[in-house]
Amino acid sequence: MRHHITLRIGPATFRIGSAWRQPIEQLARLYAAYPDVQGAIADFTVRLQPTSLLRRFVRPSIFITGDHGLADAAPMSLAHGLLAAEMGMNLQMALGWRRHLLLHASSVEKDGRVLVMTGESGSGKSTLSALLGERGWRFMGDEFALLDCDTGAILPFPRLVSLKNRAIDVVTGAVGEARMGPLLTATAKGDIRHMVPRADAVARMDEGGMPALLLFPRFGHAADVRTLGQGEIFMRLTQASTNYVAMGEPAFTGLTRFVRQVPARAIDFASGEEAFAMVDRLWEELA
Amino acid sequence: MSAALLVQVLRDPAQSGRLDAEGWNRLLAAARAERLIGTLAYRLDDVAVPDAARLVLTDAKRDTAREGQQALWEADRAADAMRGLDVKPILLKGTAYVAADLRAGQGRFIGDLDILVPRNAMPAVERALIAAGWEWVKEDPYDEAYYRQWMHELPPMIHVERDRMIDVHHTVLPLTARQTPEAAAMIADAIPIANGLYILSAEDRIVHSAAHMLADGDMQGGLRNLWDIHCLLPDADPAALDARAARHGLARHVGQARRLAGALYGDGARLTLWDRLVRARLLARNGWGQESRKLLVFAFYIRSHWLRMPPAMLMRHLWNKWRKGHRPQ
Repeated sequence: MRHHITLRIGPATFRIGSAWRQPIEQLARLYAAYPDVQGAIADFTVRLQPTSLLRRFVRPSIFITGDHGLADAAPMSLAHGLLAAEMGMNLQMALGWRRHLLLHASSVEKDGRVLVMTGESGSGKSTLSALLGERGWRFMGDEFALLDCDTGAILPFPRLVSLKNRAIDVVTGAVGEARMGPLLTATAKGDIRHMVPRADAVARMDEGGMPALLLFPRFGHAADVRTLGQGEIFMRLTQASTNYVAMGEPAFTGLTRFVRQVPARAIDFASGEEAFAMVDRLWEELA
Repeated sequence: MSAALLVQVLRDPAQSGRLDAEGWNRLLAAARAERLIGTLAYRLDDVAVPDAARLVLTDAKRDTAREGQQALWEADRAADAMRGLDVKPILLKGTAYVAADLRAGQGRFIGDLDILVPRNAMPAVERALIAAGWEWVKEDPYDEAYYRQWMHELPPMIHVERDRMIDVHHTVLPLTARQTPEAAAMIADAIPIANGLYILSAEDRIVHSAAHMLADGDMQGGLRNLWDIHCLLPDADPAALDARAARHGLARHVGQARRLAGALYGDGARLTLWDRLVRARLLARNGWGQESRKLLVFAFYIRSHWLRMPPAMLMRHLWNKWRKGHRPQ
């Protein structure tokens, strides 16, 4: 394809091709501090291609695909090209990654031990991981936590953090403009802005850690902490995994061990400060 | 063209030794797009491969192994549902190759479960499958009626719990096609394998694959079909294959499949002009895994409809599909 870039995030290398220049330029700027892997053999190919010949030039419209794709993926405007590239990489991981169990979760690390936070879109797990990453934790990822089914460790996947709507101002205030990507308005999920993780998160992106605490955060509710049964935790994690079925027996064994060994709580909170206090306390008590 | 590179490496795995990283990226993208990555992985077992590529190939092998296991389970479930019907469940394509442990099954991607049963047993098979949890995928009455009147298979069904598709065939080509293979002869000569399952004879396997590739459809996935044929050919007796192909009215197609398999994956063959056009269509894939040669690909798409039905019927069919909002990809 005419424009392309190769990026490595944690254990996965992506070759991203685009019919247009803008998305690749934006990626190059925001991933500038990541390892230089130009010319490497990639695990996945991502393609940002026009939905039709005409849509390359007139009201350009991106069809996101690659080695793995969805035939009915919604087309995206070129103005959201950066988001399209990020979604393209996520799509490859979600459908094609087989070397670790993929949990739709954010994760942060302290003293070699990992806090995993999982929840639906809008639960606050991304924002929480981004902000904890500015408060003494090492940010490991806001979208996927990779569970190594052999060792039980969680490995980082520290791509750009994707912040939505209200979280944008909160996080921009905390990290400053220099680490923020362009504001993408009126996407399917509202306003989105990407944040570059701290240098230490990128420098240590090959370094995993053993999971020590699992949280199910829920933003926008009165403060509360609940315990969950292991059966429920297991089922929720299989639902939060895109490759649990495809990985077969190793995934079952690895996830069973994870659920048995890692203490878990569901937490509700109405503000960031409340969430930080809960995380600190639970980490102190349980991890 | 990267499909050409893929074909080269499948034919002679040592050719991968001269690839740089860019070459590997093109090879892997083309192999994935053609659903030949698992096959490629097995072919490259005994040659030195860069670590990064080896990881990708190992993933592909693991995936196809799981797919094979899943396919065998689906075959087992379908056979179980049909028990007591006095109908031989004959496996076709990928599942058959894996179930019989044929070379064509090694690393093969397997989509749906395809089985062949006699046409007069179709209603009983349909009832048995529905009772065992399969249900219709297509809701559209036109498509449903079209399948039942003109196609060589039931409309696709999907299992309600396992989310896997089954295609129940009663012959090899649509009833509207110009050739009418003898399904009864294929069924009569089917070979039992393990667990109450059957596969076609060595010759019929090739006839079926060649018919599927060259007398039906627009050659999507043609490189994989041709790889199947290349792997199936050594099991068949050449004279018996000629006789069988002639009996099914598919001598021309089997001859072309042999030449193309020889030219692309074997020791070479003399190609006719028409063979060369087909080869150009088969190799229409670039280093990003995208389809190239759009006009040629579109021409083969048109041809696939031409093959399937007489002109007046084709016009009616296209009009109906257009009205319903269907557009060629």
